[in-house]
Amino acid sequence: MASIKVVGLETEYGIVHRGVDDPNPITASSLLINAYLARCEATGRRPATQRVSWDFEDESPDIDARGYTPVGARPPEVETHLVNAVLTNGARYYVDHAHPEMSTPECLDAATAVLYDRAGELVVIESMQAAAEMLGSGQELIAYKNNSDGKGNSYGTHENYLMDRNTPFSDIVAHATTHFVTRQIFIGAGKVGSEIPGIGVAEVPFQLTQRADFFEEEVGLETTLKRPIINTRDEPHADAQKYRRLHVIVGDANMSQYATWLKVGTTLIVLAMIEDDAFDPKIAFRAPVQALRQVSHDVTLSRPLRLYDGTSATALEIQAEIVMAAEKYLETRGVAGAGGNGAWAVLEAWRDTIETLERDPMELSDRLDWVAKKALLDAYRERDNLPWADARLRALDLQYHDMRPQRSVFNRLGLQTLFDDDQAGAASVDPPDHTRAYFRGECLKRFPDAIVAANWDSMVFDTGEAPLRRVPMMEPTRGSASHVASLFDGCEDVRDLLTRLES
Amino acid sequence: MSDQEQSSAPAPAKADQAEAPAPTKSDSSLADDLDGILDEIDEVLETNAEEFVKSYVQKGGE
Repeated sequence: MASIKVVGLETEYGIVHRGVDDPNPITASSLLINAYLARCEATGRRPATQRVSWDFEDESPDIDARGYTPVGARPPEVETHLVNAVLTNGARYYVDHAHPEMSTPECLDAATAVLYDRAGELVVIESMQAAAEMLGSGQELIAYKNNSDGKGNSYGTHENYLMDRNTPFSDIVAHATTHFVTRQIFIGAGKVGSEIPGIGVAEVPFQLTQRADFFEEEVGLETTLKRPIINTRDEPHADAQKYRRLHVIVGDANMSQYATWLKVGTTLIVLAMIEDDAFDPKIAFRAPVQALRQVSHDVTLSRPLRLYDGTSATALEIQAEIVMAAEKYLETRGVAGAGGNGAWAVLEAWRDTIETLERDPMELSDRLDWVAKKALLDAYRERDNLPWADARLRALDLQYHDMRPQRSVFNRLGLQTLFDDDQAGAASVDPPDHTRAYFRGECLKRFPDAIVAANWDSMVFDTGEAPLRRVPMMEPTRGSASHVASLFDGCEDVRDLLTRLES
Repeated sequence: MSDQEQSSAPAPAKADQAEAPAPTKSDSSLADDLDGILDEIDEVLETNAEEFVKSYVQKGGE
């Protein structure tokens, strides 16, 4: 049965360090995050962000959802000595694989996920500003919210969805693939050229997504090479008897809040349909990886994709069918497992987006990243008579994702937003109300010195006397404001809190 | 974009949990404003596009 969804987004940012002879991305990422932490501590205008260590005890990224741990699977590539901070809004801000990475706190719906994704962007922006002050003239750290350097390297923006463990993983593989291959038509951030060896800007001048070129498998455990459309990582950070966390690595980073909202909101509905055995259309691609690339490379949105039964359908046609099934699903089964009441607005926007894509995609230049980017590049090509191979177009492509407000090309295009910077600014400090992120964030705000370690599903406190106290948080929806806000009221210290928790 | 007006789309159905806020709409389409935007963007573009693009290299992540 469709369970309440909990969702979180992780974004690896591109990082550039100017003004040094031999830039090192791990150093640069660490500098960026440490600059933010130092500024929080120094200015005291918000509770000190705790340099809390991550409790790695429960991390097990190599467990495979298909039911085995592959022989020869590499150990978790977590570099435990690197900067790893937990913020008072419940987010995790850390260095991972030579990138600064921001993981949002746990959210219950798509709109809240967008809010905390934007909050994460504001933290990154403030980090750059803090770093600029610390590093002095001549040096600059610049973050980019994209997934591709144009030279064959990719870094991810991942979505995480809590699901009912009872759903057969094979159903998830079959039907989520249908959505992931075809949703590219609205989630893509656009890219000049292609990363596939032998295919250049002449063959693929512009494609819908940043990530499609980097996917080589249908299903698998890898995340850094031979990337699979469906990632089988089985690490729920929650009660593993009840829950599965679907770790989705196949999406693009979106600058557009509307696109992020659709990306998450549509997927919440799709996963609920899968849990309730109500997903349609029940199709299979003859070659899913090829289909993924074909969709991304086809700006006309008209290329038929070959299906296993010998017929074919375009991504638009398939999405239109999914939307129809989604509408029927919400009407008959309700919204509880599909992201809550916000699902209705998502459905309406989803339907409107598909219909507009059918009519004229360029009408969506104020909502979808790939369309805004393409409109901009087309305008430049026309004004300056540029071929697609011109470096200025690739430069625009990159600078679309520049996080510096004054230099961001995205910032100048006026796309629709869901939240303003006051709201997102509050969310960079305050945790969401409705999940265990609330407990985590409020503890960090109130008792920063008493927290020894934190994780998604536990916290370790130092009460001042041995032993250290570990509080498990295995239920992502418990620890919300409605559960624990009153516990914090008048709570003097951690000992007091723990006593209240126990009673 | 400073003279762009923002108007709210009709709010989605009410809920007892935070509902999706309505996206702010722009009055004019992006295409209409593009000429003005190009001039603005010219000023913030990296000065040497080729050098910038060439030097933008990232380590592979997840």
